[in-house]
Amino acid sequence: MSEDKFDVIIVGAGLAGCISAYLLAKAGLETLVIERGNFPGSKNVTGGRLYAHSIEKIFPNFAEEAPVERCIVHEKVSFMDGSSSVTLDYASPEAADLGSRSYAVLRSKFDQWLAEQAESEGASIVPGVHVDDLIVRDGKVCGVIAGGEEMEADVVLLADGVNSMLGQKLGMVTGVNAHNTGVGVKEVIELSRQQINDRFGCMDNEGAAWLFVGSPSDGQMGGGFLYTNEDSVSLGLVFGLHNIDKVSKSIPQMMEDFKNHPTVKPLIAGGKTVEYSAHVVPEGGYDMVPKMVGDGVLIAGDAAGLCLNIGFTIRGMDLAIASGEAAANAIIKAKEAGDFSEAGLASYKTTLDNSFVMKDLQLYKKVPGFLDNPRMFNQYPTMMTGIMKDLYTMNGTSAPLRKIVMPHLKQAGFMNLIKDGFKGATAL
Amino acid sequence: MSEKVNVDVKLGINKFFVDEGNPHIELVENPDPAEFAKLEAACPAGLYKRDENGNIHFDSAGCLECGTCRILCGDTIIKKWHYPQGTFGIEFRYG
Repeated sequence: MSEDKFDVIIVGAGLAGCISAYLLAKAGLETLVIERGNFPGSKNVTGGRLYAHSIEKIFPNFAEEAPVERCIVHEKVSFMDGSSSVTLDYASPEAADLGSRSYAVLRSKFDQWLAEQAESEGASIVPGVHVDDLIVRDGKVCGVIAGGEEMEADVVLLADGVNSMLGQKLGMVTGVNAHNTGVGVKEVIELSRQQINDRFGCMDNEGAAWLFVGSPSDGQMGGGFLYTNEDSVSLGLVFGLHNIDKVSKSIPQMMEDFKNHPTVKPLIAGGKTVEYSAHVVPEGGYDMVPKMVGDGVLIAGDAAGLCLNIGFTIRGMDLAIASGEAAANAIIKAKEAGDFSEAGLASYKTTLDNSFVMKDLQLYKKVPGFLDNPRMFNQYPTMMTGIMKDLYTMNGTSAPLRKIVMPHLKQAGFMNLIKDGFKGATAL
Repeated sequence: MSEKVNVDVKLGINKFFVDEGNPHIELVENPDPAEFAKLEAACPAGLYKRDENGNIHFDSAGCLECGTCRILCGDTIIKKWHYPQGTFGIEFRYG
């Protein structure tokens, strides 16, 4: 028996859920957020970098108040074999335009802040409760069942994360499979603020984002990452799950070897690991986006597969925020019209289709297929370190430059380079 | 370079509230070895283990709740997978 009916019940107090709750409560809708963790953020993991543009629209100058770690001013990409690396390094002062910035974040802190903003507008957030099922009548979602209790609402927003058990139960989310997902593992390693400034060449509040292509993911699709926090670094790697039967070592072993790689080891020397985490990452791009609207139900954030990995940037949180906003606006519209059917909520999908979210996913639709090529993670990084090694090694033998470079290109395969170069040019 | 990883030490740093006697993941009896091998390689918490005698071991305490095993083997050797009940399981202090 339900006691009273909410306007909206949101499952999951992550970014999509909390943003939506904030906007819905602000518009006067009675909003309940149910979170299975002991507090918002306690089950959430990011690599972690947040591109600010979508949250900046909702909370102008949010970084002044929100617990962000450091503003990213250094971009690095390293191509690695087992012991060497070649690095591209781009440094630039923090952007004057606040919406063009990005920040390292830690979700346990950040999501709590966001949930507080929603609460201050009047949203109810109930942590420590797992939603077991949905109430569905005649194909319409009418509420949730949690802890043996039924709670009803006009609309349920599923912001329950990449595994979206509820979206799968409804038959809306169908793309969560090994082909479309990777697993990320991460260590948060404590260092002093000064050590981070010195090692990554930045001032207080400024930091680096660093991706590592090649050996970290055992030469398969994936890669290592490092983000600088205020007084720690987030170091980890992501591995595409469909290649799990091709590995030479376990994922935890990949992480250990990555930490001990000569390029990485000095960056974390003397640091203390304070947390070891893991999370699945939706990597299928456009092709894994589910049916996002049904009668009385919407799906947002990771649950909707909204993540975009194009090799040199990886985004999910800015898409989650934009989807939470679009969901809130669609629900407000449905409330005004008194129509919570699929048609009444359809503006959610059209708003997303017309926003950067679906436009970018569509634009980079071919990238997951392009990246899923072991040459990108094995032959090419090895080719690059090989060329560099021969260029910079002086041992008394004379050879013209072309004779140094050619064998490495030949080993990777001229045809492969042309083919992959062409594919990359069309996918990106 | 390759030092053997000790995942248990890493898990020891984390904060867990284990729901004793109420595992949230269960395997079928006599799981297919090829399927089990995938989980041995993939599980970030190293919870799927095989000892020197080839016997397999699994304990869901220490689970990081990523969902990898469900994605890989939810249709094969995993009999039951759900998140721990509210308040239980991993609590990320950094995330």
